[in-house]
Amino acid sequence: MALFKNITIGQYIPGNSAIHRLDPRTKIIGTVLLIVLLFMVDSFLGYALAAVAIFGIVQLSEIPWRIILRGLRPLFVILLLTVSLHLFMTEGTPIFRIWFIEVTWEGLFRGVMMGVRLALLVMGTSLLTLTTSPINLTDGIESLLKPGKRIGVPAHELAMMMTIALRFIPTLLEEAEKIMKAQMARGADFQSGGLMQRAKSLIPLLVPLFVNAFRRADDLAIAMEARGYRGGEGRTKFKELHFGQADAIALGVSIAFVVLVGVLF
Amino acid sequence: MAKPLIRFEGVHFRYNPGTEREWAALQGIDLDIYPGEFVAVLGHNGSGKSTLAKHCNALLVPSSGRVLVDGLDTKDDAAVWQIRQTIGMVFQNPDNQLVATTVEEDVAFGPENLGIPSKEIQARVDEALRAVGMEAYRLHSPHQLSGGQKQRVAIAGMISMRPRCIVLDEPTAMLDPEGRREVMHTIHRLNETEKITIVHITHHMDEVINADRVVIMTDGKIALQGTPKDVFSNVELLRSLHLDVPQVTALSHRLRSRGLNLPDGIITVDELVECLCQS
Ligand SMILES: Nc1ncnc2c1ncn2[C@@H]1O[C@H](COP(=O)(O)OP(=O)(O)OP(=O)(O)O)[C@@H](O)[C@H]1O
Ligand SMILES: [Mg+2]
Repeated sequence: MALFKNITIGQYIPGNSAIHRLDPRTKIIGTVLLIVLLFMVDSFLGYALAAVAIFGIVQLSEIPWRIILRGLRPLFVILLLTVSLHLFMTEGTPIFRIWFIEVTWEGLFRGVMMGVRLALLVMGTSLLTLTTSPINLTDGIESLLKPGKRIGVPAHELAMMMTIALRFIPTLLEEAEKIMKAQMARGADFQSGGLMQRAKSLIPLLVPLFVNAFRRADDLAIAMEARGYRGGEGRTKFKELHFGQADAIALGVSIAFVVLVGVLF
Repeated sequence: MAKPLIRFEGVHFRYNPGTEREWAALQGIDLDIYPGEFVAVLGHNGSGKSTLAKHCNALLVPSSGRVLVDGLDTKDDAAVWQIRQTIGMVFQNPDNQLVATTVEEDVAFGPENLGIPSKEIQARVDEALRAVGMEAYRLHSPHQLSGGQKQRVAIAGMISMRPRCIVLDEPTAMLDPEGRREVMHTIHRLNETEKITIVHITHHMDEVINADRVVIMTDGKIALQGTPKDVFSNVELLRSLHLDVPQVTALSHRLRSRGLNLPDGIITVDELVECLCQS
């Protein structure tokens, strides 16, 4: 039984494409720009242009479409819900009606638009994690947050937290699986019963998991101290980020695109 | 003899002083560890081995007495930095001491903390991974490694800081026999070729017979120390301290009590065979 095998975290696909090689900061800012754009545009043409841009980036990243689309799967229910809500709830020129449910042209339009917006949003943001290794991602976030330090943003600490979380998620999942199997061998049942029943059956899993997690945290703190860790002050980086020509071009094009499309459409 | 690298002078240590959970874990330790030595520390559960280890790099400081590392007092806050660079430490649980998401990033963690320039960190990471034979795994993430491999990465994480001594607190306790062999091979090689001083804390008798010196602890004190041969000559004393002796030593002891003419302190099979042939 592989309980947690289908959970992928930091679903990074190693590669050496133009997108992979970009500085993580460029990609993070680009993603933020994309999100902004998708909330700004409000016309069919606007969405079409955004879609073309995303398709272009996917092509450049050499990530198989299969993997990009797989990212949409967990969203399917939300997508369906959004589309149907808009479909049924928008007033306007009716297409047809069944009993009290009325479907309108406006609803159809809004529903499809919202669906496309969500799908593009997810595809665009997953491109970031698919082409950027967790280390690069945290380094990028740390570097981008650094200016906020003066107003009290704990840039280094946040990045450190993310690194440790990413490091320990697989370890904790493995441990959860081990404990679960041990409890099942003693007759525990995690699969049947109502919601309350199942929630209750998780307690013997969660308690040892938490106790162990705290012990791990303690051990790790001592190990980090022994390795000379004393916060972000005076620390250097193994792999320094490098904002190059390609980054300048990519960022320039992105900003121009977002301003143009966002304002015009 | 050379100046000791680590010197314990009448060290006492109490956990939670002044509370009802107060516990005197170290009770008057005098111990010198010299550059280049391979020292094994043995002792039953709760005898204070881990507490002793944590005094070596100022993770704990004595309640009374003092610990000097290369002449620096561990109580001196300004020296702690230098001390942690001099003495590396590897712990029991291989999972709980790796910080980063890839092997090479983890090995780089120490040098990053020391503020070493990026170029030099690269060189140190390469060198450290080579020293423990893990260069093929640089881009693996820790959870893809076996226990023995994780411990070797943890050791590499120390080597990249260029310490003069590595203290290992039961590094093999959670490993399978293969993992134990890997780790023992690695630390003996570091001791012999890189001249790194090793303090190896363990429960396994067979891991101490190749040490230069064995230190036996009981109840926060040093009960006995000397070469493995000397220490294992005291089979009765060790037994009274609830410690095992290597199997070969136990066998020779029994043979002797049955009247065979064998010397004290036999610790390897070869030795026993030779002595049996002579007698
Ligand atoms: N944080 C603590 N607070 C209170 N007492 C402690 C603490 N850590 C250890 N002790 C006590 O100090 C004594 C020595 O502990 P230590 O961990 O040094 O022993 P050890 O020889 O390493 O044992 P083991 O073989 O189990 O690792 C033990 O009796 C232990 O209960
Ligand atoms: Mg211990």
